[in-house]
Amino acid sequence: MKFFLAALKRDLLLVFRHRNDIINPLAFFLMVAVLFPLGVSPNPVFLAEVAPGVIWVAALLACLLSVDGIFRTDYDDGSLEQMLVSSESLLLLVLAKVLSHWLISGFCLAIISPLVAMMFFLPEQGYTALILSLLLGTPTLSLMGAIGAGLTVGLRKGGVLISLLVLPLYIPVLIFGAGTVHAGAMGLPIQGYLALLGAILVLSLMLAPFAIAAALKISVRS
Amino acid sequence: MKIKMPRWFYQLASPRWFYEFTGALLPWFSAAAILLLVIGTVWGLVFAPADYQQGNSFRIIYIHVPSSILAQSCYMMMAVAGAVGLVWKMKIAHVVAGACAPIGASIAIMSLATGAIWGKPTWGAWWVWDARLTAMLVLLFLYIGVIALNSAFENKASADKATAILSLVGLVNIPIIKYSVEWWNTLHQPATFTVTEKPAMPPEMWVPLLVMALGFYCFFAVVLMSRARTEVLEREKRSDWVKRVIQSY
Repeated sequence: MKFFLAALKRDLLLVFRHRNDIINPLAFFLMVAVLFPLGVSPNPVFLAEVAPGVIWVAALLACLLSVDGIFRTDYDDGSLEQMLVSSESLLLLVLAKVLSHWLISGFCLAIISPLVAMMFFLPEQGYTALILSLLLGTPTLSLMGAIGAGLTVGLRKGGVLISLLVLPLYIPVLIFGAGTVHAGAMGLPIQGYLALLGAILVLSLMLAPFAIAAALKISVRS
Repeated sequence: MKIKMPRWFYQLASPRWFYEFTGALLPWFSAAAILLLVIGTVWGLVFAPADYQQGNSFRIIYIHVPSSILAQSCYMMMAVAGAVGLVWKMKIAHVVAGACAPIGASIAIMSLATGAIWGKPTWGAWWVWDARLTAMLVLLFLYIGVIALNSAFENKASADKATAILSLVGLVNIPIIKYSVEWWNTLHQPATFTVTEKPAMPPEMWVPLLVMALGFYCFFAVVLMSRARTEVLEREKRSDWVKRVIQSY
């Protein structure tokens, strides 16, 4: 536990020294969302209709964009190799890194999402569903994305490749996440959707760290 | 606990034994594939009765359904072969997994294309956002991801292991993706064949379909073995037995 907290503290400290790493995904999230009224239609009825999907797709892309860097700097300066050969649990290290990524991406996105929801005229009763679905869904995105990041960290052209690997795996989270917001906006019960998002989160929390650790070992050894 | 695997399992790990063994199997599977595919195609496209609702357009089922089944089993095979390669450090298993990916992707494309051709007269559109179509499209994306990752590594050993991990992650996700898109939208007719129930079609219709499915599997075995054999020769090009094989041609 001590090791986990130390690793988490180190990662968060590194992020706070480069404040742009926090702001960039959020700015990207806002910009992607803004493209839709500009590109499709500013009609409030239409925007309220597509808001759940657009916000979720924008959040998903923002997570994907930032997850590429989750192991990159540590790999480049060699500290990842030192962490792999150390006697501490690799699974805990991976979990700490994923948690710090989620805190700077998914968690912040969930906090500013009502701003975009307001610009998209989402009915107010959908706000709780939006925040809860993002809080429950984005950790899964970070976990899945870290698998892709681990597999591609040793490659020079990681960027496009990681999207190819990870985007198909994001589909269930997108469906249930946007479904939650749709149901919430119409005043329907959302517990079922949240339970499914939670179930996917628990499953990926159990299995993904093993895949990430194995992926990192392959990338560092090659 | 020590698990003892049968002898043939360890023999398969030898590239040379694999090459000779598949070389002996190849003619039989090729003959079976040709025979079954010809019989199934003629029977299905000419002699099977027309559907009372869809008329003759339903006959594409004899290509569409076998390719859809095969596209899914091929992914399963790729992931299992990758897992065997990771657990037993067996190079041949990685060769087989690597050979599965392009075959599976082509068959998934075939399933989508025949589905589109069938969808046009039946639903009036080439593409509809239906659960089963979308799931097949996602399967194709998973194949593309595996192929892209495999070709991105310069080191073969890392490429093998990374691909195996990715296909295993995909295997865990396939049922989740399947049920999530099914929840999301369903228009497609339910599965034609299930193991547990009697088919709803009359035997004159489903027997040729079964023949076609078996033919597709034999064809898959032929292509898979050919690709894997070429890859084995490529990887073992420095060994003496490969040099002898090349000289004997």
